[in-house]
Amino acid sequence: MYKKTDKLTGWYLFVGMVSLFIGGSLGPLQKLEHVGINLYRALNSIGLASYYQGLTIHAVLNALVWTTFFIVGFFTFIIPRSLEKELVWPKVQWLSFILMVIGLVMAAIPILMNLATVLFTFYPPLMASPFFYIGLVLVVVGSWVGGYGFYATLVSWRKEHKGEKTPFIALAANITMVMWQIATLGVATELLVFVIPWSFGLIEGTDPQLNRTFFWFTGHPLVYFWLLPAYISWYAMIPKQVGGKMFSEPLARLVFWLFLAMSIPVGLHHQFVDPGVPEGWKVVHFALTFGLFIPSMITAFSVIASMEIGGRANGGTGLFSWIRKLPWGDPSFTAQNLAMILFAFGGIGGLTNASYNLNLAIHNTMWVPGHFHLTVGSAVTLTFFGITYWLVPKLANKPLFSRKMGLWQAWTWFIGMVLMSNGLHVIGLNFSVPRRTMLGVAPYASSTWQPQLIEAAIGGIILGISGLLYYANMIGTVAQKKQLEEPIEMPVAEQYHEEKIPAWLDNWKPWFAITVLLILVAYGPILFDMLSNIQLTSPGFKPW
Amino acid sequence: MHIDPQERNYIVITIALVVIFATAILVSAFAYDIQVPVPYAEVNPNEVATPGISPWGDPLDERVRELAPNKYEAYILAQTWAFLPNRITIPKGSTITFYVTSKDVQHGFIIADTNINMMVIPGQVSTLTATFDKAGEYHFVCNEYCGVGHQTMFGTIIVEE
Repeated sequence: MYKKTDKLTGWYLFVGMVSLFIGGSLGPLQKLEHVGINLYRALNSIGLASYYQGLTIHAVLNALVWTTFFIVGFFTFIIPRSLEKELVWPKVQWLSFILMVIGLVMAAIPILMNLATVLFTFYPPLMASPFFYIGLVLVVVGSWVGGYGFYATLVSWRKEHKGEKTPFIALAANITMVMWQIATLGVATELLVFVIPWSFGLIEGTDPQLNRTFFWFTGHPLVYFWLLPAYISWYAMIPKQVGGKMFSEPLARLVFWLFLAMSIPVGLHHQFVDPGVPEGWKVVHFALTFGLFIPSMITAFSVIASMEIGGRANGGTGLFSWIRKLPWGDPSFTAQNLAMILFAFGGIGGLTNASYNLNLAIHNTMWVPGHFHLTVGSAVTLTFFGITYWLVPKLANKPLFSRKMGLWQAWTWFIGMVLMSNGLHVIGLNFSVPRRTMLGVAPYASSTWQPQLIEAAIGGIILGISGLLYYANMIGTVAQKKQLEEPIEMPVAEQYHEEKIPAWLDNWKPWFAITVLLILVAYGPILFDMLSNIQLTSPGFKPW
Repeated sequence: MHIDPQERNYIVITIALVVIFATAILVSAFAYDIQVPVPYAEVNPNEVATPGISPWGDPLDERVRELAPNKYEAYILAQTWAFLPNRITIPKGSTITFYVTSKDVQHGFIIADTNINMMVIPGQVSTLTATFDKAGEYHFVCNEYCGVGHQTMFGTIIVEE
């Protein structure tokens, strides 16, 4: 069963991991640059032109490529197993992969040629090579195509199982893909209607404020596209891995529906300090973003409760000592649990970012990379690492090379990230140190920043070591001769209480309607206003 | 739908927390007037630095204006990779309103130890006001990537006793 699509999952993971290796390698270099150790000169000889070109590679490969390839590959693996049904359009899934790879290559070439040093936000009027934008569009479109295969499989399953509730994992994965499909309409509009014609010279000017607004229409739900697959693992797989049960499946479903409805109409909280966005709309998006706090907090409760069931089933007692009975010797669990702990702080910081005028204190400061290395760099990436500790052995049919190395990897990631993100948060908040800046040579840099920059650099080096441990383990796993003795199955948690799922939690229509309605309310008037006052005045610039 | 009583209480507390936080934020914004930038004016970035038709085209020493004692306004042009003017001297206790725009790519404008932090976007004018009650040197720094010289883009406010 699933042989063909499992092979495809392997390919998605392979491309994702290679991308993360290249992108991640540049991370420690950035932190060293900030403390005055510039290794970019050494990289000039292999064609790296600047710190900022390196930063573009780091962000595009880590945040866009690694995540998207991993997620589509992971879903290709979990959806058929959750439904106990092969994907109905295997060729479409392969087409998805091929489109994404073509897109990746197309975007990578201009980046490597220093023709697209625009960072991963590519804010116009910075103007990259058109092929960079077309490549990004193809990666996104490829992921849509993968989604169409998932939806078709779900529809077919529902026809065959009338009256049955959709299994949680398949439902949650499909909700994630639908959310992504709707969310990416923003960046697709930005690129296809404005930026690509402009970069080809077909239209003379573009409207940077409008482009930003379309970008962040996609930019925030992008975060949930990264995060929801991790939530699927936390909700539905981790309980099984710790010997527990899923505490509240109906609530877990509600959480995913809420993320579908509320992930998108919140993008303006990235634009609180934009000059061209009216106050009223900023307040609306501030309130809606705060609403997102609720499903995240439910997740925290449910996931911890599910693990507690496991800890107690393993003989744990007392208020907290059940925690010691969790499988801390299992790198898959340990990595994901440490990811959750880091995410608690990421969530608190996120709420701060979204707090309307409080954003003045931290917008575009080092606080921000401090924050999103806790979210996408930890909650997501460390969880995905944890998943690969069972998924790669399963796909390769070989045992994990070294359990110990996996544990060291998880803990060093945790420690490195605590140091790095703490340093970055503190200098961002206290000294307004700008993010995405070559601080080692900034004339305004102050010696008061040094302690935290050193702390962050140490963290960055530890993260680099952790990354090497991860890749050594993965290569060791795949390259060894040893075969699996016992087959590995996808962990699927049972429900704690066998509960009936209310029909409204298995029905797309009302949730789809709420999603569209919220987007129309939160974005309709402001986009209409911006489009009717469009100023296509900005020519392109290539100041790198 | 069955919800565990403990989880139900927890959700109620969560919602209460969110409401309390949001209320605190809105009070600080609207009762204490700690505000984010709001739309002020739209300009053509290709013409905004032209002398005679735009305040960002005026001679540098005329772009900081004293409106009344201890009350100033500053028209600052952001470009790759400089703020013009990049040196402003005001007496202690002054209130100054910044009007910043860009003639090329996006920039940022942040001043540590104040509530000034805004995106500078071509075609838009970003404005915020701050009062400087402590003497000393303050830097305004570009905090949005604007090309390979981004890290050199800053200016200084000298607040005199």
